Amino acid sequence: MENVLSGKVVILGDQGVGKTSLILRYLEKEFDRHISPTIGASYFSCSVAIKNVIVKLQVWDTAGQERFKAMTPMFYRNANIAFLAFDITRPETFQNIQNWVTELNGNIHTHVIMIIIGNKSDLSNDRKVPREEAIRYSNGIGATYYECSSLKNLGVDRIFESAAIKLLKHLDPYFNNYIDCENSIDAPSCSLSATDVGNVVVLGRSKDNIAHGTTVSNKCC
Amino acid sequence: MASNCEVEPGAAPESALVTTDSYENFQQMSSSLEEIKNSNFTSSTQDEFLDNCNNIDSDLHVNCSTVSVSSQDEDYIRDEEWLGKSKHIFVLSSAGKPIYSRYGNEDRFASYFGIMQALVSFVQADDDSIRSMHAGDTKFVFLFREPLILVAVSKTEECTSQLTAQLNYVFNQIASMLTLSRLVKIYEQRRNYDLRRLLTGVERLIDHLLDFSEQEPAFTLGAVQCLPLTSSVRDAISSAIVQSCSKIKNLVFGILLANNQLITLVRMKKYCIHPHDLHLIFNLVQASESLKTAEIWTPLCLPRFDASGFLYGHVSYLAEDCQACLLLLTVERDAFFSLSEAKQRIVERLRRGNCLEAINESLNTKEETCVDIGFPELRHYLYKCKSTAQFHQPSMGAPYTINCKRLLDLYRRAHYRLHCPTRPLKLLFERTSEDALLAWDTRGFELYAILEPLTDTGNAIATVGRLLNWIKKREDKLFQLNAPTF
Repeated sequence: MENVLSGKVVILGDQGVGKTSLILRYLEKEFDRHISPTIGASYFSCSVAIKNVIVKLQVWDTAGQERFKAMTPMFYRNANIAFLAFDITRPETFQNIQNWVTELNGNIHTHVIMIIIGNKSDLSNDRKVPREEAIRYSNGIGATYYECSSLKNLGVDRIFESAAIKLLKHLDPYFNNYIDCENSIDAPSCSLSATDVGNVVVLGRSKDNIAHGTTVSNKCC
Repeated sequence: MASNCEVEPGAAPESALVTTDSYENFQQMSSSLEEIKNSNFTSSTQDEFLDNCNNIDSDLHVNCSTVSVSSQDEDYIRDEEWLGKSKHIFVLSSAGKPIYSRYGNEDRFASYFGIMQALVSFVQADDDSIRSMHAGDTKFVFLFREPLILVAVSKTEECTSQLTAQLNYVFNQIASMLTLSRLVKIYEQRRNYDLRRLLTGVERLIDHLLDFSEQEPAFTLGAVQCLPLTSSVRDAISSAIVQSCSKIKNLVFGILLANNQLITLVRMKKYCIHPHDLHLIFNLVQASESLKTAEIWTPLCLPRFDASGFLYGHVSYLAEDCQACLLLLTVERDAFFSLSEAKQRIVERLRRGNCLEAINESLNTKEETCVDIGFPELRHYLYKCKSTAQFHQPSMGAPYTINCKRLLDLYRRAHYRLHCPTRPLKLLFERTSEDALLAWDTRGFELYAILEPLTDTGNAIATVGRLLNWIKKREDKLFQLNAPTF
């Protein structure tokens, strides 16, 4: 009998670093050079099998453009895993990882598994961010560092597997309860509500935000 | 001919689209997001944004045909290709900062932007506003929509009001990404702000919008075209959407479209969508390939609906085997999962009711040309029903399959003649060596028909009469005649 466990993943990073290409490479096994920029955020779901456990991941692939920044908190709220992606040929995208980390830490008060991803490893001739520096930084903030190439399909699967394993390990203390729950009749709804973000509505606040489009926009104006 | 006025194919007592005269600049908005969330709340109007629609018309006529520009931009002045473009579009902030140029890198001709800004503020100093300048066959059209200045430099045949309408679309495209309130606020806080930071990726949408509006008669007419479907299928699709979303609060619009044609539009009671907003949605869907790979959740402002805030849209294609795009627009920013489930229910219902096949069949059927439907003397036509803001056109036949630009130019000119603010015509018949054109504006519809050049007046009128009856017989297939609500 297999156990099922689910978690929420949010992919953050500057525009053009390859967030959408990464998820499309993993899910569709494809790479499209002419992909158009993501609008808002895209939602994907995928399953990773780790031994006898199926880890279901709900993945939010966010848009990197600054104007969407106001809406990113609703995607990383309740996230278990954050993929922070940068482009190894564009040092400013690596610098900005720090801002994403600060923002995550400032807005999420539960534990988040952080995975830092140096994308476009096939362009090693143009590399501007040394691997050692990225590893040092990642270790410093308690994150794991991976490099990958969505174009050449190098290291992409490993990132998702490692994320799933880390999630399993993190949820271990509750794991037994979880199995009980999964075996009962109510299982699907129970496992959903653990991660379903759709239920958290702060009405008074969200009304204002909708009408005026200003959530955390004070930084960018 | 008078009797045909009564036919009015496609007319319906209720419309989901705001009926419109496409030359108006900025209609006062009837809807408010606050109101939807809070039905007791009455919204205040936003006069400050609307003020500049009422500017006095002041057209400057300039005799010189060249404008001298400082030497730092010489590379563009000497660039034959850049100079040869028939229509340039520029967007700048009211402080003169470059934001967008249709061709070339806007940073490389900062001094052009300086001149544009100077012209606008010079005329403004006298409490007036510059509308256009005419130099030879080149028109310089200005639109000042606080806090942005938009300029078209055109050698095309389009008239000033049509160019202004196009600039309005560009402005609304920008507003739909940021909301007008945020745009105004940004410049209140920092007059020198470089807006391009917030608009990365939007230049693609503007480029696409400009090409799109030059190729699609929908923009000239201020109307949308429906995908031909029998009324029972269209009703089944609408009710699948209504039933699947019945428990969802604050859903404002459900829009299903395919191939630039509307399949159905379901709306919240009391609210209508403006065709211009719908054009921006069509543009977004058409310009964004990335929508095909996943479900998207995005904020979207519909400037004609409510320019002050965002709606949130769940955007997805129905299925791998049915390339129709569904948009569910709500005021709730956290409604993604309930809308995602609703979408699944909609697709299941449509599949059970064989509606997906019906949509595919209509998408794969080549529209008939005028010759196919038994009008050999008629080459092409546009029929717009005013009460529903929908239009219909046949498939492009010879000789316009090769020169479709000529056809669109003819329509644009005729549309202007019927809507010219000083002397609007009700009926127009024109014959050249290449084609004959009959344009007719009645209370219920507008009809533009292009005929063989040898057609005489009597034949043209007889043909148009037959055509109206032909459309009337098929009106329930060619138009959405009801306006379903959630």
